[in-house]
Amino acid sequence: MSGPGVPWYLAISAILFSIGVAGVLLRRSPLIVLLSLEIMLNSANLAFVGFSRLFGEMDGQVFALAVMAVAASEVCVGLGLIVAMARRNLALDVDLFTELRG
Amino acid sequence: MQADEGRLSAVGNVLVWAVWIVAAGACLGTGLRVVTASNPFSSALSLIGNLASLAVLYLLASGEFVAAAQVLVYAGAVMVMFLFVIAYLGGRADAPWAGGTRLIQTASVITAVSLLSVTFVALMLNAGGRLSDEADVTRAFGSPAEMGGLFLTDHLLAFEITSIVLLVAAVGGVVLGMRSEAEALADGDQGLQQTVARPSEDAA
Repeated sequence: MSGPGVPWYLAISAILFSIGVAGVLLRRSPLIVLLSLEIMLNSANLAFVGFSRLFGEMDGQVFALAVMAVAASEVCVGLGLIVAMARRNLALDVDLFTELRG
Repeated sequence: MQADEGRLSAVGNVLVWAVWIVAAGACLGTGLRVVTASNPFSSALSLIGNLASLAVLYLLASGEFVAAAQVLVYAGAVMVMFLFVIAYLGGRADAPWAGGTRLIQTASVITAVSLLSVTFVALMLNAGGRLSDEADVTRAFGSPAEMGGLFLTDHLLAFEITSIVLLVAAVGGVVLGMRSEAEALADGDQGLQQTVARPSEDAA
């Protein structure tokens, strides 16, 4: 493979994943938490594609597509939840959802 | 002849490196922007850029079909859904930037940084030299035909389960979006009545 080797892809994937973790933990808007989750899923996809190239097996790419489908369904349900919360006039702030706290 | 080919492949190598560096830089920059932007709309737009630059990285790692699916499904369909919801929520989507006490914020940043360093150390300790010798692949590697063949032979079960997951998510989205009867009563079904009532008011 010309260009950078697989370790470079893994490095980008690891950095992107920690950016996503920071977003999920730091931000209060559920929308931005969902967006950061997407970043984490995509960094995992990048690692899948990189390893699939390393071993010359396409199973990793198949799994990356499965992750994409799971991400699409997660967005579908997550956005449905956010819209339902907005319609009940709840503040869109994850710090305020404390009713389920034990 | 051989020298010419060698020079050509060297030029190609430099080109691939240049494209890779631009794509990786854009990927990290837009990723940071998604997390740091205070406006959810610009967050979502940056995520589209992030997904597109990731598609370029997939292409360089010979994942042609994954790259195409990334742009079509992710940057296209999923992000349009996001933008619709953000537009629907309007000003309510704006939330305070960070939450919790100063302690929680510091802990989150420490968690992210330590996760990153653990990943790097684990990679370096376990990889040895194995990460640098890549398998030789044919030109068909990652092409739609090969992927389709895999989906219909080795990974048929995963393929079918994926469709069921998507169906369940779609049904769940519809159920979440339905108005309950109590809600409709509380609103007095104003939406419908107003649109029906307006012409008669005009006539009166």
